[in-house]
Amino acid sequence: MSWGFLRDLLSGVNKYSTGIGRIWVAVVFIFRLLVYIVAAENIWKYEHDEFECNIKQPGCENVCFDHFFPVSQISLWALQLIMVSTPSLLVVFHVAYREKREKHRNQKLYKSPGEIDGGLLCTYLISLILKMGLEIVFLVLFYKLYNGFKVPRLVKCDIRPCPNTVDCFISKPTEKMIFLYFLVATSCLCIVLNLSELSYLIFKYSIKRYLKRYIKKCPGSLDFSSALWLCHLREKIIPSSPGSEKNVDRTIWQL
Amino acid sequence: MDWGALHTILGGVNKHSTSIGKIWLTVLFIFRIMILVVAAERVWGDEQDDFICNTLQPGCKNVCYDHFFPISHIRLWALQLIFVSTPALLVAMHVAYRRHEKKRQFRKGDQKCEYKDIEEIRKQRFRIEGSLWWTYTSSIFCRLVFEAVFMYAFYFMYDGFRMPRLMKCNAWPCPNTVDCFVSRPTEKTVFTIFMIAVSSICILLNVAELCYLLTKFFLRRSKKAGNAKHHPNHENKEETKQNEMNELISDSCQNTVIGFSSS
Repeated sequence: MSWGFLRDLLSGVNKYSTGIGRIWVAVVFIFRLLVYIVAAENIWKYEHDEFECNIKQPGCENVCFDHFFPVSQISLWALQLIMVSTPSLLVVFHVAYREKREKHRNQKLYKSPGEIDGGLLCTYLISLILKMGLEIVFLVLFYKLYNGFKVPRLVKCDIRPCPNTVDCFISKPTEKMIFLYFLVATSCLCIVLNLSELSYLIFKYSIKRYLKRYIKKCPGSLDFSSALWLCHLREKIIPSSPGSEKNVDRTIWQL
Repeated sequence: MDWGALHTILGGVNKHSTSIGKIWLTVLFIFRIMILVVAAERVWGDEQDDFICNTLQPGCKNVCYDHFFPISHIRLWALQLIFVSTPALLVAMHVAYRRHEKKRQFRKGDQKCEYKDIEEIRKQRFRIEGSLWWTYTSSIFCRLVFEAVFMYAFYFMYDGFRMPRLMKCNAWPCPNTVDCFVSRPTEKTVFTIFMIAVSSICILLNVAELCYLLTKFFLRRSKKAGNAKHHPNHENKEETKQNEMNELISDSCQNTVIGFSSS
């Protein structure tokens, strides 16, 4: 069990995503997961060994390190990556449920089990909201736990058994800070992508519903050019499948 | 998830690249990523442990190391490789989008679609022209910019590409000016110069590819202009486009019925 599992999970999700969703997966893979594994992990590898206090008192270094790093930044980063990828599983489960239902009843219940409409749309929107929420929660947690995203060179510690206030030095603070800012930047980028995907889906499906309702309700009120424009728009949003002549929508306009 | 995954992702892009693009990808994987993983990481592996300062003052070594190496060479190279590889994904996404459109056309049963089955669409190699040309050229341009930016950042942060043996440090809490010794400075200098040289080769390859694409573009344009001059009786592009649009509109509205009012 390693990061390869997360990679396989996200690749599976890719199949049922929109275009923006696929960009989100690419950003998570390359700018977050890959950077974490090839670069960030090594910076924090010996953080405890290299944490040095200006004191010979046994136990003082341990206690001070534990006080300033209750949860290591790298562990929090790993947790964030896992939590943020998991809501996508809801979509995978829902599609699997749909496929199972179709198999069980031995009839075609959906146009395509992976198409984002109806219940799957709700699941998809919920997963997007969860992803955004978790990103924000982790960013706030980072900010609160470490008093911002800066990593100081020196921290002053006076917890027992340290005899007085003792200077403790953190290793590689500048490098850690650079990578923390990188983490924040990619998190914000992912939040923006999720937000745009949410807006896009809500807009697209509102227009779809409006078109369906409008065309059914007001048959006589269209002129030639509006009808043509509606036709075009309808074709783009509700692509017709072959053999759909039976379900013809009637558009009526006055010539 | 590691460099191998990046190799899998970029391997797909290889099919739609020019020959120079394929050489660039090979150089990237063999002379940069592989060297980074099998050699450079070992050389820089013990960098802070073996960075020794001539003082017993606790904290002085940490502070001096942080002062002289704000970001390690290894990490900078890893970031550079990730950023330089990413523009190729734009091309991969564009190709995937085109394939998706062709598959949609095929499923609709469009007579204009020239493929026999879905497999053929999946295996098809798209020529670099039209909007794909613009995507490809922008990706090469982005690559060039990233390479240049990282090389400059490297030069700026480390005052050149040489790794000195000795650094003098007087940052607090070091008591006075303290001598600090870097581990394996010559080996690190050799690898740094090697990576910089390969970066420069990659920049040259990108510039050559850019020139090749631009030359091809201008040649194609002059050929088309030449054809248009010699055959003036053919419909011009605008008219052909308008005819196609009219066909599309009438096709898409085939399912709508004219002239009935609701009773």
